[in-house]
Amino acid sequence: MTDGAQNVGARTAAPRHQITDTQGMGYLSTLPRRVVTVYIPLAIFLFVLLFPFYWMAVTTFKPNDELYNFRAHNPFWIAKPTLANVEKLLFQTSYPEWLWNTMVVAVSATFLSIFASVLAAYAIVRLRFHGAEPVGLAIFLAYLVPPSILFIPLATMVYGLDLYDTNWALILTYPTFLIPFCTWLLMGYFKSIPYELEECALIDGATRIQILWKITLPLAVPGLISAGIFAFTLSWNEFIYALAFISSSEQKTVPVGVLTQLVEGDVYHWGALMAGALFGSLPVAILYSFFVEHYVSSLTGAVKE
Amino acid sequence: MAILVQRNGVRRGRTLLELLDDRRVLSFLFMLPAGGLLLIFLTYPLGLGIWLGFTDTKIGRPGIFTGLENYVSLFQDSVFLLSVFNTILYTSVATVLKFGLGLWLALLLNNSMPFKAFIRAIVLLPYIVPTVLSAIAFWWIYDAQFSIISYVLVELGWIDTYIDFLGQPNAARASLIAANVWRGIPFVAICLLAGLQTISPSLYEAAAIDGANAWNRFRHVTVPMLMPILSVVLTFSVLFTFTDFQLIYAITRGGPVNATHLMATLAFQRAIPGGQLGEGAAIATAMIPFLIFATLFSYYGLQRRKWQQGGRDD
Repeated sequence: MTDGAQNVGARTAAPRHQITDTQGMGYLSTLPRRVVTVYIPLAIFLFVLLFPFYWMAVTTFKPNDELYNFRAHNPFWIAKPTLANVEKLLFQTSYPEWLWNTMVVAVSATFLSIFASVLAAYAIVRLRFHGAEPVGLAIFLAYLVPPSILFIPLATMVYGLDLYDTNWALILTYPTFLIPFCTWLLMGYFKSIPYELEECALIDGATRIQILWKITLPLAVPGLISAGIFAFTLSWNEFIYALAFISSSEQKTVPVGVLTQLVEGDVYHWGALMAGALFGSLPVAILYSFFVEHYVSSLTGAVKE
Repeated sequence: MAILVQRNGVRRGRTLLELLDDRRVLSFLFMLPAGGLLLIFLTYPLGLGIWLGFTDTKIGRPGIFTGLENYVSLFQDSVFLLSVFNTILYTSVATVLKFGLGLWLALLLNNSMPFKAFIRAIVLLPYIVPTVLSAIAFWWIYDAQFSIISYVLVELGWIDTYIDFLGQPNAARASLIAANVWRGIPFVAICLLAGLQTISPSLYEAAAIDGANAWNRFRHVTVPMLMPILSVVLTFSVLFTFTDFQLIYAITRGGPVNATHLMATLAFQRAIPGGQLGEGAAIATAMIPFLIFATLFSYYGLQRRKWQQGGRDD
C-alpha cells in the first residue's frame, strides 16, 4: 500500500519521474540468483577497474629487489615496504615544482573559466539578449572541438604571443575546453532558479548586477561547486597542451613531468614512476571523494541537458 | 553655473548606471570574457589550423601557400594511411566494448544492494584520475619482462612465455584498446545509470504483467527509454576516442615502428618534435569531417530526446 501511495505522490509531485520506489520488481529475485547475476559480475568489474590503482600503490612502496624478482617474492604483496621511491621522487626530481605548477595552472584556469562562464550563462539564460539561443548552441558546439585539432595552431599562437614555456600559455588555453562545459552546466542551473525571485528584486529596484550577485549566485552555489571541481579536475588532467607548450623541466605539469622526465634513456624507474602517478592522482581523488554527488550530477547533467 | 555642472555630473552618473542596467549593454559586457577567450583561443586557431594545413610552415619559419600538396603527399604516405586505419579500428572496437560493458555495469549498479553509493563512487575512479598517470600504470602492467598479467597466466599454467604486449603491432593495438575501454567504462556506466534511474519501475511491472520475460523487458522497455541519453553519450565517447592522444602517447608513442599511431599522435609527432607544422595541421584537419559527422549525430540525438519526452522543441 505504502509503495503505491509513494508512487502516486512521486508522479504528481515530479512529472519527470523522480523514482522513490527504487526496489521495483527486485523482491522477485532470490538471493542465490542475485549472487550469480549481480554480485559476481559486479565483483569482477570492480576488481578490473581498481586493480591498476592497487598495482600502482604496491609498486610505489616496494624495494627494487622485490620489484624485479617475482620468483623470490609474491608480487601482490610487499615484504619490506620502503619509502625510497617516494624519497627519490620528492628530492631528486622536480616533482614538487610540477605539483606546484599544476596547482597554480588548474586553480587559475578554473577561476577564470568560472568567472567567464557565470557571466555568459547568466546573459544567455536570464538577460536573453537578441541571438542568445544561437550563442548557447555555439558554446555547446565549442565543447565538441577537441584539443587534438587545436594544439598545432595554438602552439604557433603561443609562440607568437611570447607565452611559450610559461604558466600563462596553459592558463589562457585551458578555458577553451572549460568555458563551454561550465557555461552549459551553469545554464542548466540558472534555468532551474525561479524567475519570480528576480522579478521581485527588479520591482524592489535592484540592478541586474545586484540580482546576479545577491540572488542568483547564492542560489546557484551547488552548480558553481560542480562546475568548479569538474573544471579543476579537467585542468589537472590536461596533457596535450602542457606537452606542446612547455619545454623546460621546472615549468612542466605533473602528467607531462612524470611521463617525460622520469624516464632516463632506456632506464625506467618503475618505483618512482608509479609513485609519481600515485601522488599525481591523489589530489583529484581526494577532491572527488568530498564532492562525489556534485561530480556525478555535473557529469550526467551535462549529458542529460 | 555650478549647479548646472553638478546636475550634469549627476545626470552623467545616472546614465552610466542606467547604461549598465540596460539589457543589451549588460549582455554584451557579460558575454565579453567568455566570447573573447573562445574567439581568440578556439575559433581563430580552428581557422588557423585549416589554413596551416594548406601551407608548408615549419617551426620558426613562416610557410607559403602550397594548396593541396600536404594532403596529396599524405595520401601516398603509408604511415598516415595506417594511422587512419588505426584510428577507425581503435574507435569502433573500443566504443563497442565500452558500451557493451558499460551498459552491463550500469544495469548491475541499478540493482539495490548494500553500499550502493560507495560502489558507484569508486567505479568512477578510473575516469577521475589523470589519464596519463593511469596509462603509466598500464605501461607497467604491460611490461615485457615484469608484466603481472603474464606472471599470473604463467603461474596458472595457461601460457609458457611472457606475452610481448607492446612489441607486436596487433598485441599493442589490443593492449591500447583494453586500456581505453578500462578508462571509458565508468563514464558510460554512470551516465547510463542516470538514464536507467529515470525509467519508472511501473513500466517493467506493466510489461511483466503482459507476459514479457527479462529479455523482452530489456529490449522493449530499457533500450527505447535509454536511447536518447545513449545517443548523446555515444557521440561524446566516439568524439573523444577518435581524437584520443594521451593513452597512445603514454603507452606506445605510436610504436612499435609507427604501428599504433592514431591521427592525433601522428599529427603531434610530425608537428612538434618533427617541426613540420603544416603537415601536422593537415593531419589534424583531416579529422574534422569525422567530428562534424559526430556533432550532427549529437544534435539530432538531442532533438529526438525532447520529442520523445513530449516536450517542445524550444
